[in-house]
Amino acid sequence: MSYQIDSVGEGGLRFFGKMTASISHEIKNVLSIINESAGLLDDLTILAEKGMPLDPARLKTQAGKIMKQIQRADGIIKLMNRFAHSVDESEKGVDLFDMADLIAGLSARFASVRGVELAAVPPKKPISVRTNPFFLQHALWVCLDFVMDQSGKGQKVVLGLDEKENWARVHFTAGPGVFKGSPGTPFPAESETALIRALGAEIEVDEAKGEVILSLPSGKAAS
Amino acid sequence: MRVLLVDDEEELVTTLAERLNLRGIDVDWATSGEGAMQLAKSNPYDIAVLDVKIPKISGIRLKNELVKIRPGMKFIFVTGHGSEDDFRAGTAEAGAGYYLAKPVNIDILIQKMGAALRDKEEE
Repeated sequence: MSYQIDSVGEGGLRFFGKMTASISHEIKNVLSIINESAGLLDDLTILAEKGMPLDPARLKTQAGKIMKQIQRADGIIKLMNRFAHSVDESEKGVDLFDMADLIAGLSARFASVRGVELAAVPPKKPISVRTNPFFLQHALWVCLDFVMDQSGKGQKVVLGLDEKENWARVHFTAGPGVFKGSPGTPFPAESETALIRALGAEIEVDEAKGEVILSLPSGKAAS
Repeated sequence: MRVLLVDDEEELVTTLAERLNLRGIDVDWATSGEGAMQLAKSNPYDIAVLDVKIPKISGIRLKNELVKIRPGMKFIFVTGHGSEDDFRAGTAEAGAGYYLAKPVNIDILIQKMGAALRDKEEE
């Protein structure tokens, strides 16, 4: 049996797996908090049966925690749903900020583990591109992952958008003097270069400014 | 038994601490590696319960730092991932008996703490 490795597809699957694993971790955390809050309510009920007076404020606090975590889980699942639907069509018109905001949301845990703060800033007017939504998500992650690695603990990475000539651009900015320089592996890696090529995009790294720019062709922008 | 809980999810760690307190266990908690190390410097904990993935510092690295501060301290690792890699990392550091997946069953956690304390006392 023989097969041909499609580097873009393989890298995409790896990216999809990484994101879904992170989402499952987040949901596990939510379930753990609900588990402890429900457990504490149970503990307090058992103590009340033994004669300890029930403190309504304590019950209210735990009920509030459970409701807050349900809201949080709802937000996580909405992100997961948007992400899952990014593979529905191989080409469509997408709002670039919507995509950048989604990838920032999906990357929140990765940023937190590295001690990096993320912010996505909406453009003054909507910028849309016609592209493969999943490949675009992957390309945005590739850039963000690199900038977070280059920035490290205590830094803030801002995702901003603009248009220049025939390009719609996403800026991943950590700021001047922030990049550590000399990444261990070339950026973008070979498989990532194939992804960028598939999108007809370009990546520009400005070490001095602490910025990566992902430029996407806007010539076929959706109306 | 004095226990230090470390997890970046504050609502998780505070509620678990409250439940352990109700069971007569003396617990402090921290949501960061730095906070955990500060507490360990001034408190002789017997056991630390660590999330495998703590922001800015992994649970494994934090364990190594806490051992320098409190050489006799025992560790229980907890993870939300439950992946093979996490399992290998957790069990390699703490032993298979001292590794739990979230959500944690409090009775099992207390059993593990008791076993870890017995190990500590036998050393």
